[in-house]
Amino acid sequence: MKQDYVLHLADTHLILGQRLGEWCGHNVVLEQDIAMSNIALDLLGQCRSLYQYAAELGGNKQTEDQLAFLRGERQYKNHLLVEQPNGDFAFTIARQFFFDVYHQLLCEELVKCSDKQLQAIAEKSLKEVRYHLTWSSEWMIRLGDGTTESHQRLQTAVNELWMWTHELTTTASYEEALDVPRPSDFKAAWHAKVSAILKEATLEIPAESTKQAGGKEGVHTEHLGFILSEMQMMQRTYPGMTW
Amino acid sequence: MVTTEQIWKLLNDVADPEIPVLSVLDLGIVRDVNVSGDKVRITITPTYSGCPAMNTIETDIREKVQGLATVDIITQLSPAWTTDWLTESGKQKLKDYGIAPPVEGGTGMFENPQVSCPRCESANTKMLAQFGSTACKSMYQCQDCFEPFDHFKCHR
Ligand SMILES: [Zn+2]
Repeated sequence: MKQDYVLHLADTHLILGQRLGEWCGHNVVLEQDIAMSNIALDLLGQCRSLYQYAAELGGNKQTEDQLAFLRGERQYKNHLLVEQPNGDFAFTIARQFFFDVYHQLLCEELVKCSDKQLQAIAEKSLKEVRYHLTWSSEWMIRLGDGTTESHQRLQTAVNELWMWTHELTTTASYEEALDVPRPSDFKAAWHAKVSAILKEATLEIPAESTKQAGGKEGVHTEHLGFILSEMQMMQRTYPGMTW
Repeated sequence: MVTTEQIWKLLNDVADPEIPVLSVLDLGIVRDVNVSGDKVRITITPTYSGCPAMNTIETDIREKVQGLATVDIITQLSPAWTTDWLTESGKQKLKDYGIAPPVEGGTGMFENPQVSCPRCESANTKMLAQFGSTACKSMYQCQDCFEPFDHFKCHR
């Protein structure tokens, strides 16, 4: 049960880190290429701590690497939002911003939970997440309140991503059963923060529409399989290979 | 018989692979040294979660101490590292190396900390990017001498 929860956290960090890493060497300007790679690196570092803990919870039958790279698609418990393809720069920024608001709220709650290891990981992550959120919020405002083109692109991204954001503040059965934060408890806080920035960015808050969820239970969009095949190709082709 | 002092002294020669003018002691990442017989347990803490230098630092510590004792290195996450643990001499070494030491403040949106140029001391500087070549740095440029430089971010 607790391992499911820790894997859910780890998978979300891993997949978003992988998505951001796809920008490396392809970004619009060097400074932002470096920024996204740095954020990806923070997320990968945080997911390593989480996978190590998950391995420990599973009695070390699987290593952190096996957990990260050798499970099947239905075993991954990341949010659907983070597996969505990068799209254009605006799309990546909006996805990151929605996640960062959630991530900060989550870490602020996790530092108060009864599990010492999750507490320690959250305490460490929180300092890093603040930088991420400042960075993505600034870009939301810069693009939203920018040119006609940047405004329109970001509004499109916000509208298209909206249905995936619902899952960030849903509570899964394994969260109900553990002494861990219930994301549904910070749904209002997430909306308040997101709305404030969207407003400052002169963007419209999308109307309630279709809500997509299922990632936390292992039911994914078609995109996850492609990410996993890229990430797992070497280990599947040459099992047990090392550098 | 190896002593705790000897180990601390050896650690003073283990450099941060990314900013080689700093030792691991200057960085404040060594949290504890425990000697018992010929066994040494060294507790370290990462600067940032994803700091790629941590593995190298661990190997370097192991190599330095190995001849004297059996080494056990423990990574501890909490309390989380903060730039307050940088030593005063560490901050001076950073500045001499051309990296501005951590300056507090300016953490909100569209705010930047007021960092002085490590080359000419001018306060007339501009942030170029919040993220730099490593997780712990941001990029600045001096508007008087035009030197681009790194700022070691204040991390609390
Ligand atoms: Zn200058």
